[in-house]
Amino acid sequence: MDTIEVSNLNRQFLFRKSHVGQSKAKVARDAVLRFRPHISITPYHANVKDPDFKVDFFKQFNVVLNGLDNLDARRHVNRLCLAADVPLIESGTTGFLGQVTVHIKGKTECYECHPKPAPKTYPVCTITSTPSKFIHCIVWAKDLLFAKLFGDKNQDNDLNVRSSDATSSSEHAEDVFERKKGEGIELYGRRIYDHVFGYNIEVALSNEETWKNRNRPRPIYSRDVLPFEQIQQNGNVDKNLVADDPSSVSAMASLGLKSPQDIWSLKDNSRIFFESLKLFLVKREKEIGNLTFDKDDQLAVEFVTAAANIRASSFGIPLHSLFEAKGIAGNIVHAVATTNAIIAGLIVIEAIKVLQNDANSYRMTYCLEHPSKKMLLMPVDPFEPNKSCYVCSETPLLLEVNTHCSKLRDVVEKIVKAKLGMSCPLVMHGSALLYEVGDDLDEDMVANYAANLDKVLSGFPSPITGGTILTVEDLHQELLCNINIKHREEFDEEKEPDGMVLSGWTQSPVKEKNDNASINNGASASHAPSQAVSLEGKEGASASHAPSQAVSLEGKEDSEIEIVPVGTGSIIPGKKRKLLDISEDTVPDLSSITDETSSKNKLEEIDDDDDGDDDVVMLDDGCSDGIKKKRLR
Amino acid sequence: MDGEELTEQETALYDRQIRVWGADAQRRLSKAHILVSGLKGTVAEFCKNVVLAGVGSLTLIDDRPVTEEALSANFLIAPDENNLSGKSIAELCCDSLKDFNPMVRVSVEKGDLSSFGGDFYDKFDVVVVSCCSQTAKKLINEKCRKLAKRVAFYAVDCRDSCGEIFVDLQNYTYSKEAIAVPWKSLPRRMSKLYYAMRVIERFEEAEGRNPGQTSIEDLPKVLKLRKEVCEAHSLNESSIPDLLLERLVTGTREFPPVCAIVGGILGQEVIKAISGKGDPVKNFFFFDAMEGKGTIEDISEPNNGS
Repeated sequence: MDTIEVSNLNRQFLFRKSHVGQSKAKVARDAVLRFRPHISITPYHANVKDPDFKVDFFKQFNVVLNGLDNLDARRHVNRLCLAADVPLIESGTTGFLGQVTVHIKGKTECYECHPKPAPKTYPVCTITSTPSKFIHCIVWAKDLLFAKLFGDKNQDNDLNVRSSDATSSSEHAEDVFERKKGEGIELYGRRIYDHVFGYNIEVALSNEETWKNRNRPRPIYSRDVLPFEQIQQNGNVDKNLVADDPSSVSAMASLGLKSPQDIWSLKDNSRIFFESLKLFLVKREKEIGNLTFDKDDQLAVEFVTAAANIRASSFGIPLHSLFEAKGIAGNIVHAVATTNAIIAGLIVIEAIKVLQNDANSYRMTYCLEHPSKKMLLMPVDPFEPNKSCYVCSETPLLLEVNTHCSKLRDVVEKIVKAKLGMSCPLVMHGSALLYEVGDDLDEDMVANYAANLDKVLSGFPSPITGGTILTVEDLHQELLCNINIKHREEFDEEKEPDGMVLSGWTQSPVKEKNDNASINNGASASHAPSQAVSLEGKEGASASHAPSQAVSLEGKEDSEIEIVPVGTGSIIPGKKRKLLDISEDTVPDLSSITDETSSKNKLEEIDDDDDGDDDVVMLDDGCSDGIKKKRLR
Repeated sequence: MDGEELTEQETALYDRQIRVWGADAQRRLSKAHILVSGLKGTVAEFCKNVVLAGVGSLTLIDDRPVTEEALSANFLIAPDENNLSGKSIAELCCDSLKDFNPMVRVSVEKGDLSSFGGDFYDKFDVVVVSCCSQTAKKLINEKCRKLAKRVAFYAVDCRDSCGEIFVDLQNYTYSKEAIAVPWKSLPRRMSKLYYAMRVIERFEEAEGRNPGQTSIEDLPKVLKLRKEVCEAHSLNESSIPDLLLERLVTGTREFPPVCAIVGGILGQEVIKAISGKGDPVKNFFFFDAMEGKGTIEDISEPNNGS
């Protein structure tokens, strides 16, 4: 359902500048027909998750090739291909990395046999009080400050640091961000600035404990950075007078700051802060209250960059250019034409094998930036399906939950939708249908379901308590899942913020995860972990097996590797983590496979942070935990 | 770094790749001049890649008329009857490539590249040759080396579902020398494709064929040649499997996905050389779709410094 953007044109070569704004599906079709006129190509300008694309739709095809840009859609298609029993070829790229994987029901792992790390999130306190990386400042600027000033005012917002006196700070919140009647823009701006960069920091500093082992931030007040007159001299509003077109309004233009690659001083960042705030209020006031951050909204990017930089300055974190900040805030995946061409070629090679029923030749292929054992393109044999994958092997899961406190709604939102990725779920307890989503439900049913959502688990006529089983189903995805319930009284607020723990799934070969997650880069603070879809790869590469397989590839015979079964409900002893958790690291970790080249000229890393590099996950040595997977051949 | 900023247009268009290699590298790319000779599918892919990347200019040499074979793997040429008549492959590709990125100057040069003098080569930073004899490759490589300025030289060929890239950035061993390295001194695990390609090349030159002008009937002679060559090099014949030679001899048409892969790798190599970022391949790259490996081989005289 995407339309063509200028930034696509450096690699999506079926498109031209004149096509910007048009449907990718339609333009691609026309372009291909030009050099292969006799192929039948049907474009659908639509979302693949649309209910119209049912299992029957997928059954029409001999093979499905995915070129999706988010995890959610990939999981969805994976399930439909399993249901339709149609081979799926998955792929992804990021910069110089990429991979192609083949998924055949019953024969190979499905796309979800190993959990793909969900988008990265950060603990609330890190964002609101103790940032240590630039990305924390971006998340603060985007999801808290920008949201508070320009977004939905009714949203809960963690912007104000909790002082010891909770009540006073929440009342204060009401006053501070609301512009007073007749208040001049500059005064308002300074007031906001001083509150978030000055007062809030002072409040945070008053809590000694926090700073015992951390660098103290310094409060920043506008009068120190920009004496009164200087703001007034700012900004040539005339430059923005052409703005009947709101998209051309820019604080940079107004202030004469030309290059997005420059790293601005604290002073210039502050100028941009005030100027962009002013331009929003003056030129785009109708949008205020409804705005969400959009990386293609120049003014929004300017504001967020400035705010993040000022905060970074306060905390002694290095400042970043607008270009860099935009990449982080917008979860931009870097991409080049060459890697995409290589991966495309590899996809076609696998697709042809599928069409020719050449089952013994399927393989996964990884495209590396630095050679491993002399290889830039590394083939890996596919693995057998994971017997404890809840998607393709229908293995039951275990949910630990306080059945007297948690409501059905919590389970539906946090587990069924968020973790299990079911968009239109049915929830059943035995033969009782407790909840479902649908268009054709009658009023009584809807009312009944609404009431059910509000019940605690143990409060149902047939109580959902320890030892019982909830069955959840998504009819569209044709996925059914049984969840064994286990009652547990207490949950750690920091480490288990959901108040429930889902387990029993496959062993994920990632590093120990440290989940204090609550805020992610993209969702508003109040939606916390669940709606964490926005940090995903545009063209994400995820190679969950590559590194370890480099070893087994070299001319060895099919050595049977023993499966170490992962018991349902068991958490590997010694590892403190939740299995379906958000990964600490979404940046490719190729350290275990990069080799030979002693002088690796690492390409300039524009973002040193693990930021929006999204779906790029090269999980390191998959077999280090002692869990081996059975090779297919 | 020359101090010129990228234009707003460039920044917008190249945003995603600037995030990979940086603005400096992008600037360098915009000043690079590339020469390409032999426009089959792989090189067409390569051209597309560097044009999209935003090089300064691209010059194409291929006077051959369009044939059905050319259309089978070259997506730059639309099979529109009216368009084809009278134009050479280079001319048709040129029209197409200009469309991909109006900021890149794409032009055509006629004639036989190996006969051009040093002053012609001097205009370029990168030279890529394909579908020509080994003799011609060596000659062109020599010309590049003789220039005062550093001109990167690449040779690329795809046969059947295999591909080979040779890289000479003048820090590494000279093509003539690389090819002349005695086979017995090469590591045992050397890509078989290297040897196989040399045998086929030799066969073509000995029989006076154009590159790619072979068929299954030639196989017996090729196998015989293999025996002679292996004996001369004291290499076991099993290093060059029958099946591989058979594939290369019969599969004269390029296989489009392999063109994309090899053209992609070549594109990356050239971008690395121009931008000065990233480790270049030293000095051969091989891909075989049957095996699925894309391998780098270092074929240089042990005595020669790099």
